Amino acid sequence: MTEQKTRHVPNYTLRFILLSAAALLCILFSFAVGRFPVSLSDVLMIFATEIFHLDIVWDYATWSTVINIRLPRILAAFFVGAALATAGAAYQGMFQNPLVSPDILGASSGAGFGAALAIFMNLGPVWITAFAFAGAVICVGAAYVVSRLTKGSATLSMVLAGILVSSLFTAMTSFLKTVADTEDQLPEITYWLMGSLADADMGDVIFAGVLILIGIIPIFLLRWRMNVLTLGEDEAKSMGINPNRLRLIVVSCATLITAAAVSISGIIGWIGLVIPHFCRMIFGCDYRRIIPSAIVMGGAFLLVVDDLARCLTTTEIPIGILTAFVGAPIFAYLLMMGGRRS
Amino acid sequence: MKTLDIKNVSFAYSRKGPQVLHDVSFSTEKGDLVAVLGPNGVGKSTLFKCMLGFMKKYSGEIFLNGTNIAAMTHKQIAKQIAYIPQSTHPAFNYEVLDVVMMGLTSSLSVLSSPKQEHIEEARKALESLGIAHLEHAGYGEISGGERQLVLIARALVQKSKILIMDEPTANLDYGNQFRVMQRVAGLAKNGYTIILSTHNPDHAFIYANRVVMMYGGRVIADGTPEDVLDADLIRKVYNVDVTVNTFENTCRTHKLCVPKDTEF
Repeated sequence: MTEQKTRHVPNYTLRFILLSAAALLCILFSFAVGRFPVSLSDVLMIFATEIFHLDIVWDYATWSTVINIRLPRILAAFFVGAALATAGAAYQGMFQNPLVSPDILGASSGAGFGAALAIFMNLGPVWITAFAFAGAVICVGAAYVVSRLTKGSATLSMVLAGILVSSLFTAMTSFLKTVADTEDQLPEITYWLMGSLADADMGDVIFAGVLILIGIIPIFLLRWRMNVLTLGEDEAKSMGINPNRLRLIVVSCATLITAAAVSISGIIGWIGLVIPHFCRMIFGCDYRRIIPSAIVMGGAFLLVVDDLARCLTTTEIPIGILTAFVGAPIFAYLLMMGGRRS
Repeated sequence: MKTLDIKNVSFAYSRKGPQVLHDVSFSTEKGDLVAVLGPNGVGKSTLFKCMLGFMKKYSGEIFLNGTNIAAMTHKQIAKQIAYIPQSTHPAFNYEVLDVVMMGLTSSLSVLSSPKQEHIEEARKALESLGIAHLEHAGYGEISGGERQLVLIARALVQKSKILIMDEPTANLDYGNQFRVMQRVAGLAKNGYTIILSTHNPDHAFIYANRVVMMYGGRVIADGTPEDVLDADLIRKVYNVDVTVNTFENTCRTHKLCVPKDTEF
């Protein structure tokens, strides 16, 4: 107790500013890259034209690429990445376990089944999104109900119920795949399950964006209290928190944003598990810093991966595959460099 | 005035399960340092959990400064009692200062975060316990004794005048045990009511002004350590033969107990 333990205190504000600047550059850069290259100055001028109603006439192909094709896709990528990373950070805290990811309670398998069902029933893209969202909410809801009916530790029974219910939904998805039409339904289901933002349009972005915003605001405001809950039930109570109520609020919000995200993107793993770890390495464990940094870093990361998905090869690579390809080496590097242990 | 008043509390974890607490009664006054002694599994932690309002299905009544805690919310209880658990390894490696600030939870509104003034408050608490230099260390990386002091600092920031400590000296080395106990005794002198469980009768002799001895889920002795703790009681509870002797310490005289010699 007598030995001196001092540590260099990082400047978290500066780090956050750098992260945000990097994210902004990613966004700008994403408008320019693609099979139809647009120069950065053109991108900026097109937005200036749109915002200030300037009297510039653009050739339709350039204008449409930026506004109609890339804008919704970039927004979708950023929202989905931000949502999954935030939900992952929130779930990890609520279950006091850094190995938890947003699909722990079955959001992804529920969404997968919903989407597969909609494709199986030959419904349009709007219905696929709606079914996926409903599937995710129903699956997590079922897991929650099951966990309330069991005895024992609240967090453990929730995780077990989540595994149980999501395996059921995964089985139902597999069943749909065996009976689906192999010409067009089966490939569509398979591609949906691998995740893609290629079909995201402005309607999707508004749908998911609004829901994600509704879910993120309470998590953002409650972020300091989430720290206390990570210490465990009894300690949280002794400091004046009602753990069941706080956990229910945070888990509901995290589920809402996960469901909204996967309903437009398909299943994208990895981000929700790993981005919160990146954030802890750079910003420490305090949720006051984790939540804002997860939003920015998650968004920027998925945006970069999506840029690669659409630029690397002539046909699109499913983004669910690329997140791991891009993320795993970065994560391995960070682990070996030994950031702050989380 | 009684700060805590426990009246005829009995408790069982399930309706058919064994009864853990039998008709436990005792009360505390301001400035008391009460050592709760008893063998492993006797119900000390269970009793603390009832007193903290974690568990509500006990029979009997617990009054906190005159109010029955059954009718209080966690937040209301937290404003009067702080809990210092056995220091555990946390899932996330928070900075020490952040851990201390968590004690502010009950005094800040639901959606707000700590401000600069709260940071200063947390620093002062660390300073008062002599661990200001640990401010930015990782809570998961400091020693067990330091962690225990950090948890005490957190309880000070909570500004509750009753502290319940579950075996504060468990897992601490010889020196840290006494450093932690000295700080705790200092707090009692400053008007805190402290209830702690311990396995070391000497801690009760040196620091406590009250001993509550639990055995078989009941309180079998309650009084000052000098009056209550004797060789007979220790043999009955712990099944060990000891000699209790008076010891001339530097400032005052108190008792200590030593196991009797036997042939090995």
